[in-house]
Amino acid sequence: MANDIIIRFDNVTKTYNSNTTVLKGVSFELERGKFYTLLGPSGCGKTTILRLIAGFDTPTTGDVFINGKRVNDVPANERQVNTVFQDYALFPHLNVFENVAFGLRIKKIKEAEIKVRVAEALNFVNLTGYENREIAEMSGGQRQRVAIARAIVNDPEVILLDEPLSALDLKLRTEMQYELRELQQRLGKTFIFVTHDQEEALAMSDEIFVLNEGNIQQSGTPVDIYDEPINRFVADFIGESNIVNGIMLEDYKVQFAGEVFDCVDGGMKPNEKIDVVIRPEDLHVTTPEAGKIIVRVDTQLFRGVHYELSTYDEDGNEWLVHSLKRAEVGAQVGLDFEPEAIHIMRLNETEEEFDARLEAYTNEV
Amino acid sequence: MKFKSKASLIPYLLWVALFVIAPIGLILYYSMLDLNGDFTLANYQNFFTPAYLTMTLTSFWYAFLITFFTLVISYPTAYFLTKMKHKHLWLMLIIIPSWINLLLKTYAFIGIFGLYGPVNAIIEVFGFDPKQILFTDFSFVFVAVYIFIPFMIIPIFNALDKMNPSLIYASRDLGASAFTTFRRVIFPLTIEGVKSGIQVTFIPALSLFMITRLIAGNKVITLGTAIEQQFLVAQNWGMGSTIAVFLILIMFASMLFTRTKKKGGRA
Ligand SMILES: Nc1ncnc2c1ncn2[C@@H]1O[C@H](COP(=O)(O)OP(=O)(O)OP(=O)(O)O)[C@@H](O)[C@H]1O
Ligand SMILES: [Mg+2]
Repeated sequence: MANDIIIRFDNVTKTYNSNTTVLKGVSFELERGKFYTLLGPSGCGKTTILRLIAGFDTPTTGDVFINGKRVNDVPANERQVNTVFQDYALFPHLNVFENVAFGLRIKKIKEAEIKVRVAEALNFVNLTGYENREIAEMSGGQRQRVAIARAIVNDPEVILLDEPLSALDLKLRTEMQYELRELQQRLGKTFIFVTHDQEEALAMSDEIFVLNEGNIQQSGTPVDIYDEPINRFVADFIGESNIVNGIMLEDYKVQFAGEVFDCVDGGMKPNEKIDVVIRPEDLHVTTPEAGKIIVRVDTQLFRGVHYELSTYDEDGNEWLVHSLKRAEVGAQVGLDFEPEAIHIMRLNETEEEFDARLEAYTNEV
Repeated sequence: MKFKSKASLIPYLLWVALFVIAPIGLILYYSMLDLNGDFTLANYQNFFTPAYLTMTLTSFWYAFLITFFTLVISYPTAYFLTKMKHKHLWLMLIIIPSWINLLLKTYAFIGIFGLYGPVNAIIEVFGFDPKQILFTDFSFVFVAVYIFIPFMIIPIFNALDKMNPSLIYASRDLGASAFTTFRRVIFPLTIEGVKSGIQVTFIPALSLFMITRLIAGNKVITLGTAIEQQFLVAQNWGMGSTIAVFLILIMFASMLFTRTKKKGGRA
């Protein structure tokens, strides 16, 4: 299905000023009509990847393909891609209507059609009636929505969204998340969405790319990435997690926190040192006798849906627990969990090795 | 609060009264006196004779030429300056000559353009006869443009420098070519800088007289030289003031013409 690959990066590196390497050999393929998210900490190269796709920058080495065509030297105005900029980049000398209409006017679309399409786009971002406002008279969140309207109105094949919801309040943000996802599915366009916010990434994406320091750490569906993080970085970045050192005694037997547990992973060397991840919501508070690990509750925060307990075991490892019930601060409690809740991460395993091992061992279970 | 803000206006009002209103009043007053100090409107009648009207037109024409060439040179220069690595240093280097006294620079050009100056020396190297460069329209416009360039570059540079570079990317992203981006985004966003540049060039260029005399050698008769002549040579303060009144009117008109408009509307 090579036809369905809309964007391909082939070992792309990007170096600024001949010494700062921002992207260190990034390769990926994006399928047409899917919702992708680039997730990673500030400065990891998310915007840089978007700039390479949009055509504002050229790769230092490697190739970028759009629709199977190498586009390293194709200027931005000749690419079927539109961007929602991180800083909105709205034209201050034009009003809201003209900002949204800019791309259509360049394409010499008829005035009547421009009116209809701009109205549609503004309606989509809940800004009907704001046509004649100056940009300076709009709030940050409203500007962000004008920027979204300005990109989608052109009906491009690919839409790049650089943290497009960061300035919105929680309610509007959730609403826009639903609407963007709905729009993407309705139009069947490829969306590449950048965010810091892992919950947003998990909620919206078909596939997530977790980036760190110019490398793709892991890519996969939200469920894959959440359930099987490849390393400490990903586990830590995607949701809260408890990460402790452990030893893989043999397949399906792991030792950590001073005990040996059954688990569902394998394929490692006997007695290999590994990292163990258990998600806070997979830990259940019980009596000390019934628990697999015995901990003391250190602090407790009410988070709305659940209580977040910070607890410590005898070795001094911290265990975060999400519990629906209150616990007593200072009390000794037991923590129980299923073998499936234990996720094993090998140190320095690459994504390919990880996938191969996972394939071999999940089939058996 | 109200009292305080009014009190703080007093020095400003004094300044305006002493240095703006009073001189203009004096000029108006003198413009209505004849050579014997009697009241007359003859000076105004005089101004509408072909001699003075031609002079006004010539002034306009030269001021226009000077402003035009200054703009044509300054805009691209300012644009490339903003792209340079050490842009503020380069800007400084362009501004520094404007600190040197105008008279000195003018004399320097007399030396450069003179019959025995370096320009003619180069012409001779190529086997041509020395040319009279001084006292031509060309040398007048050239020197004036040279002098005004820094004043034009500064506001344009500031406007370009202030512009968010993402806007250019956004325009390209939306399908605009480099030229369309310039026409629809960069130029409209820097038009205010261009307008202030035109103001600081066109208005002084209308009343140039020293360069006119020294470089153009009395060939170019502009309103500036006419005023100077009326006051210093003909001793006809009335006529000199009348020309000055019209010069002031023209200045106001050109300021209105280049004033900042409200933003908005189509690209
Ligand atoms: N023009 C440039 N010159 C030099 N370094 C740059 C340039 N643009 C970006 N960088 C560097 O490249 C790195 C990645 O930048 P990028 O904008 O892609 O980060 P990001 O992942 O989008 O971060 P954020 O989430 O904060 O927006 C940063 O360390 C940044 O300092
Ligand atoms: Mg960014």
